[in-house]
Amino acid sequence: MIKVNCFAHLKELAGGNMIQIDRKEMSVKELLEEVQRQYHIQSDSVLVAINEEYALPDDQVTEHDTVALIPPVSGG
Amino acid sequence: MFEVTSEPLSIEAVSQKVIRPEAGAVVTFTGTVREFTKGKRTLYLTYEAYASMAEKQLKRIGDEITTRWPDAVTAISHRTGKLEISDIAVVIAVSTPHRKDAYEANEYAIERIKQIVPIWKKEKWEDGEEWIGDQLESNAGVPEKEEIR
Repeated sequence: MIKVNCFAHLKELAGGNMIQIDRKEMSVKELLEEVQRQYHIQSDSVLVAINEEYALPDDQVTEHDTVALIPPVSGG
Repeated sequence: MFEVTSEPLSIEAVSQKVIRPEAGAVVTFTGTVREFTKGKRTLYLTYEAYASMAEKQLKRIGDEITTRWPDAVTAISHRTGKLEISDIAVVIAVSTPHRKDAYEANEYAIERIKQIVPIWKKEKWEDGEEWIGDQLESNAGVPEKEEIR
């Protein structure tokens, strides 16, 4: 089970701080497709962080990683 | 030197972190909550952060500044939670031997914060609320591949 932390408007779309995907390992690209399919979250501009670092589409994410969806940021 | 906190920010405290004998210039930038944006009135803002990652990314900005301006020392504090009009959301202090580098490095820091630091703000208006940074806003920060690695 891959647990994915959600922030900002994604948290509201997902209905909570965290969503779960029933896989042990997948690519970032697959993860975003799954998120879009299950939660109807438009993931075009959403990045994925693995263990608090930005990940690229081909990176692998496993159930042991800390995973987060990062919508466009707006700090400052 | 790099923190995300729900406590009110002190300009003095952040700039004190970078003051040192080698520095002849300290530039501080203070980002405050603006009441009117394009004629629309903001009542208050709520900032949310992925705090542990945000602090790492702030430190990374400090490292980038040291690469570009080797004599610079940077400290950044960003606040989260509910902020009223004119409250301070971010303080960036950069010290360098000479002022030009400090000005440049400080501007670089705020531009990078808006690109790569996982902090979001929700605007509460008189007639609604919205997370800033979604597709409806042109200033959304989506880091490019070369910006995140």
